[in-house]
Amino acid sequence: MTAPSTPSPRPAVATPDGRPQRVVLDVRDVAKSFGGVHAVRGVSFDVREGEILGLIGPNGSGKSTLFNCILGQLVPDRGSVTVDGHDVTGKRPSALNRLGIGRTFQLLQVFPELSVRENLILAGQEHKGTRLARLFGPSDAGLTPDANRMIDFFRLGHLADEKAGGLSYGQQKLLDCAMAFMAGPRLVLLDEPAGGVNLTMLENLKERLHAINAETGATFVVIEHNMEFVMSLCSRICVLAEGEIIAEGSPAEVRSDPKVIEAYLGH
Amino acid sequence: MRRALALAAILVAVAALLYAPQVLSRYGNFVLASWLVIAIAAMGVNLIMGYAGQESLAQAGFMGIGAYITAHMLKGGSLAFDLFWIYPVVLTWTPFSMFSAIAASALATFLMGILIAFPSLRVQKHYLAFVTLAFTVFLWLVFRNEEWLTGGVFGIQDIKRPSVFGFEMSPSRRHYANFTYFVIAMTAIAAFVMWWIVHSPWGRAFTALRENALRAESLGIDVTGYKLLAFAIGSAYGGIAGSLYAPLVEFIDPSPFALAPSLLFLLMIVVGGMGSLAGPFIGAAVAVVLPLFIEKWQSELVANGFAIFSHFSYVIIFSILVITTIAIAPRGLAGLFADLTKPRRRPHSDDKGARLGEVKS
Repeated sequence: MTAPSTPSPRPAVATPDGRPQRVVLDVRDVAKSFGGVHAVRGVSFDVREGEILGLIGPNGSGKSTLFNCILGQLVPDRGSVTVDGHDVTGKRPSALNRLGIGRTFQLLQVFPELSVRENLILAGQEHKGTRLARLFGPSDAGLTPDANRMIDFFRLGHLADEKAGGLSYGQQKLLDCAMAFMAGPRLVLLDEPAGGVNLTMLENLKERLHAINAETGATFVVIEHNMEFVMSLCSRICVLAEGEIIAEGSPAEVRSDPKVIEAYLGH
Repeated sequence: MRRALALAAILVAVAALLYAPQVLSRYGNFVLASWLVIAIAAMGVNLIMGYAGQESLAQAGFMGIGAYITAHMLKGGSLAFDLFWIYPVVLTWTPFSMFSAIAASALATFLMGILIAFPSLRVQKHYLAFVTLAFTVFLWLVFRNEEWLTGGVFGIQDIKRPSVFGFEMSPSRRHYANFTYFVIAMTAIAAFVMWWIVHSPWGRAFTALRENALRAESLGIDVTGYKLLAFAIGSAYGGIAGSLYAPLVEFIDPSPFALAPSLLFLLMIVVGGMGSLAGPFIGAAVAVVLPLFIEKWQSELVANGFAIFSHFSYVIIFSILVITTIAIAPRGLAGLFADLTKPRRRPHSDDKGARLGEVKS
């Protein structure tokens, strides 16, 4: 085991397999069943700093359950989840978020009654000072500049003061992503960011995700059904079928793997 | 424009409030102060329900706790010292007694709020309603049966209005307006604190847990902690209202703190406007001031030969009002007013697609 809790003195040299050295998320032997259904059966993988890992698989392959186990929405039956060397297995989602893990949801989850800017301020405020200090501090927790920067970054400028509920689906999806990045997370888990987003917007989203990855060095894990999107966004891909990882590698490797082809087409 | 209108409305209201105690009769002062006291308690329910999306059926019970604590502290009998022996004697000294009573009531109801909300947080939100329902019934039984503490059905009588900063507040002809001014000042402070809370990051977090607790949790918001806070602060507003209620009526018994008045608070918020700062004031006016007028009109109508109105009761009008409000103005009278004064804007959908690069159909 490495000890990443202290800042690593190592230079960011790639390991022999060509991947960065520092492990941000380490999932070991995570399993979860519901009654007799084994949704996830002992999945292990790791994500290195700055990587964009795609998690793909047919419907019912356990992607969402795995996500929920990592993010504290569900407590895994066994196994461990480690982020930056800290064991976070079974921690509450709010605690995970404050450790620097952001997420988006498969179904849209913005706050419709709040404006776009308020949504973003909300997404960052719990990282600013103590709760008591926030009560007596400024109304925006000092986050208006950060929120405006994020609004510009995701090109939502003309909508900043609109209620989030009034935005189009694609715009809400962008806002959802922007919220996940508001607190400057080290690790972001995106659950079907491309779902229901039209083609032009998709390019926009992909390009923004690449930009934020390059700019902040944040690490992403992406669940996605849209193969085109996932192949062009991700640097590595894990394929899940029936609760197990059946293939892992670069997009090109995964695409030509016979097991993957069978899992998608064989049934 | 709207901002200016709101500011003007607030200025007019403040001027009217400052002028009113001088011109109103003693009874008029009583009605005015009652309205404000009920509005303070309703503000608490508004925080719990309108902002944080929780449900409380115990606000009248919390008012009762504040009222009984205050009654004991103002009467300063031996019971007060038996119960609050840790409370420094200097705080019950007359010039401070009103403030220390308010502080004690707020603190007690705040802690009680945390205590009763805590067990219901692990489960879905309606259980908080059930817990508070049971708590109200329990409190009412204590108020009615524990005679050594509450005087039972006869209640606690002869609660003196204390003097504050040397201002005599007794209900005598010369001083009754002073107490109204005191209540106005307390209401102003309570309203300002509420405004501050709902405009702070806390208010945003409360709104977030009302709208989508799951998403809020994923953004680092401690949902349990904020629910407790909203409930405890809202309950403390009930305690403060009760603390003002006791010297206002000078006599307390269990009936105003039963379940029905607790339910009435919910209706006040619905009629007045959930999640709006003016809502509790409008709701309290409908629930407290309107019945007095209706009774007057009713007796005049009956006296003029319209006997049919003798069966007409305020409850019917209130019920009709609640149903109508829900049907035509789901955000209450305050929301209706906001909609009516809102400047009409051109839909902006024309320009939003292009800048985002969305395909327009």
